[in-house]
Amino acid sequence: MGDHHPTGFTRWLYTTNHKDIGSMYLWFSFVMFLIGGAMAMVIRAELYQPGLQFVEPNFFNQMTTMHGLIMVFGAVMPSMVGLANWLIPMMIGAPDMALPRMNNWSFWILPFAFFLLLSSLFMEGGAPNFGWTFYAPLSTTFGPPSTDFFILGVHMMGISSIMGAINVIVTVFNMRAPGMTLMKMPLFVWTWLITAFLLIMVMPVLAGTVTMMLTDRHFGTAFFDAAGGGDPVMFQHIFWFFGHPEVYIMILPAFGVVSEIIPTFSRKKLFGYSSMVYATASIALLSFIVWAHHMFAVGMPVAGELFFMIATMLIAVPTGVKVFNWVATMWQGSLTFETPMLFSIAFVILFTIGGFSGVMLAMAPVDFQYHDTYFVVAHFHYVLFPGAIFGTTAAVYYWLPKWAGKMYNETAGKIHFWLSMIFVNLTFFPMHFSGLAGMPRRIPDYNMMFADFNMWASIGAFGLGLTQIYFLVIVLLTLKNGKKAEDKQWEGASGLEWDALPSPAPYHTFSTPPKVD
Amino acid sequence: MAIRRKLIAGIASLLTFVFNGVVQAASDLNMRPGVTETSNEAFNLHMMVVWVMVAISVVVFGAMIYSFIFHRKSKHPTPAKFSHSTLVEMIWTIIPILILIYLTIPAVKLLIKMEDASNPEMSIQVTGSQWKWHYKYLEHDVDFFSNLDRSLTEKDENYLLEVDNALIIPADTKVRFLVTASDVIHSWWVPDLAVKKDAIPGFINETWTSIPAEHAGKTFRGQCTELCGKDHGFMPVVVKVLSKADFKAWLAQKDEERIAAEKAAAEAAAQSWDMEKLMTLGKEVYDAKCGMCHQANGLGLPPAFPALKDSPIALGPVEAHIDIVVNGKSGTGMAAYGPQLTDAELAAVITYERNAWENNTGDKVQPADIQAFKAGN
Repeated sequence: MGDHHPTGFTRWLYTTNHKDIGSMYLWFSFVMFLIGGAMAMVIRAELYQPGLQFVEPNFFNQMTTMHGLIMVFGAVMPSMVGLANWLIPMMIGAPDMALPRMNNWSFWILPFAFFLLLSSLFMEGGAPNFGWTFYAPLSTTFGPPSTDFFILGVHMMGISSIMGAINVIVTVFNMRAPGMTLMKMPLFVWTWLITAFLLIMVMPVLAGTVTMMLTDRHFGTAFFDAAGGGDPVMFQHIFWFFGHPEVYIMILPAFGVVSEIIPTFSRKKLFGYSSMVYATASIALLSFIVWAHHMFAVGMPVAGELFFMIATMLIAVPTGVKVFNWVATMWQGSLTFETPMLFSIAFVILFTIGGFSGVMLAMAPVDFQYHDTYFVVAHFHYVLFPGAIFGTTAAVYYWLPKWAGKMYNETAGKIHFWLSMIFVNLTFFPMHFSGLAGMPRRIPDYNMMFADFNMWASIGAFGLGLTQIYFLVIVLLTLKNGKKAEDKQWEGASGLEWDALPSPAPYHTFSTPPKVD
Repeated sequence: MAIRRKLIAGIASLLTFVFNGVVQAASDLNMRPGVTETSNEAFNLHMMVVWVMVAISVVVFGAMIYSFIFHRKSKHPTPAKFSHSTLVEMIWTIIPILILIYLTIPAVKLLIKMEDASNPEMSIQVTGSQWKWHYKYLEHDVDFFSNLDRSLTEKDENYLLEVDNALIIPADTKVRFLVTASDVIHSWWVPDLAVKKDAIPGFINETWTSIPAEHAGKTFRGQCTELCGKDHGFMPVVVKVLSKADFKAWLAQKDEERIAAEKAAAEAAAQSWDMEKLMTLGKEVYDAKCGMCHQANGLGLPPAFPALKDSPIALGPVEAHIDIVVNGKSGTGMAAYGPQLTDAELAAVITYERNAWENNTGDKVQPADIQAFKAGN
């Protein structure tokens, strides 16, 4: 079969090819990453020193809200779906995703969803300004008119995510090559399969939440309005029932990525494959019973607080198993430190630091001191930036030779890594200290005692932002001038995509399924 | 010679500067232990979990670094073949569970203690609203609003952490706070007391503190910690602790002040105010209470905060204008100012709004009009 496809714009608009769709997801998420990043730059510029210098408090709130929404729903989630599209069919020996037309649709919803969301910046009253967690009644009774555009946008990205998840599940269960049993699947496929189930479980909950918001705002219901017999705390319970699994939706595929990369550059099999699968599944199950640890200050009964505290601390066990397995994979391996490996190692170390602060936050009596301060901001950026985003970055460096057939410049990749590593810590580590010193999150101005930490964080953030533009340059130069990549670019790599396919992977792969022993 | 001496002096002062900076920074890096028994216990628990995490990182990151050095390809060209060990995996599942149990036991004890607000010696109702706190002493006839002191600048030590009326509580007394809100969710936090409780409309949450006698005379500062709209960063919490005796005296003084204020208000209401006097006081009140949202030029920040210049309220019937200022408008940021301002202040600010910015209605609202309105409600 040849590479028959329309050319120009219609190729991308009509495509049902998993590789094209994967590329579109990845490029889209990078564009969103830059837009969300630009908003972070506005936030950090305003917080560079005490006093209001650049923006009004209300616009500041719009920036924190939009930064969160765009990074979560526009950058991290679509980047993971992009990786799934590119890799899952190649890894399990399938010719494409199981539902290619739905695949096309689930991508093409996204640009429109984010057009709606971003257009709210230019509306009267401005963009949503109630934080990405959009707690009622600030977002319902007190929300700006553009809140309705936000609601519609969330609905659309939810539909997109659900379709993406259905596609992954159907593909993994039906399209595996003969001999590719479930327990032989690469770990990336496993983590995505589990992620897909999480998506199907919780995205409808998010859709329900925003629908109740919509009816509260316009149709006289009072789900979240205490004056009408509703319950603002119920909003938080429903939101976090979505929101906590959501954080694992963002991180589990990255777990899968580093579980592919670390064995390759350790030249050793992944340690404890089956325990990795079970640990991932346990994390996913536990993620459904810990949501209220985001709400220790709302005035829950002590019994509830105790339950959510203990359940949350339990998550440290399977997460610890994963970290120990990665370390054991490297132990007595034969290590080399190419760019994807560097990003994966940084992932393990910095994600673990984010996990440590996670255990601290889980302990309710001390959480009263950390809750809604910059300590929390430090915690979730440690699991999201050097976690999810380093994971995706490692994946791009690792599979780019396979996708494009061209090899990036290793020195440039290493420079990108070291700059990212330095700046990510300079940005987010001081936030632990400003939080412990008592700085609440989401404030546009602050007392002098927080000034030093904020200055360092801002300098780090500017550096981190510029470094990611350097990443774009590296990728573009690779696509244009990169040296020809080998079919098996990495000495220690294994898996169908390296063993059974040339580089670049042809437009159509595995039209006849490969044989897996 | 002189240059060298200057250079040495310069380097010395630079070193001192850096050293002082480091010392200063080290003391600023950690959580503050606070002043109450519970805040000290929370601090100890925090330190305990920090050291456990440090110990785990030494082991885990140590093993990784050992691998990076001794198992790199140049040192260790043939990788080992193992990929599984049930025993090791059992061990590193069970040890973390034991560590977690070790951490959980003190956490459970402290949590139960912190959430036990029973048998208080006095109760204070704390109500958050956009963007101020209201304190009501339930056993006494004392209540007041606590607003950010906007006269401070970035250079002041207590910038954004100072209010016009601090919450005053007695030392050595179990004080219960009943925390609620009148519009959106706020959160009342004083780090040194380890008290943080969300203020939620329609709910009354309980929390408490008891400050040892030796801290009488001290002031503790915190901030709202739940995003509550535009001025979320501008509603500090300030708690001043008095000895039991001083607190009693303060209550008595508050009583006198209240009686004097009622008398003054009655006198003011009995007078007829001229336009100039109303406009002067009105501008003062407007700039302090209204200008943050409706802006000094009366143009507001629509649609959340409508313009008052040429607005149907300011140009329409006086009765409706008095109603919205006194009673607020539910579902919006417009709070009820009836309880926050005196009748004279209300009359003045309404007059101001009806005549400033070329609204020029010529209407004069008298304190007596406000009194009549309130009586009619």
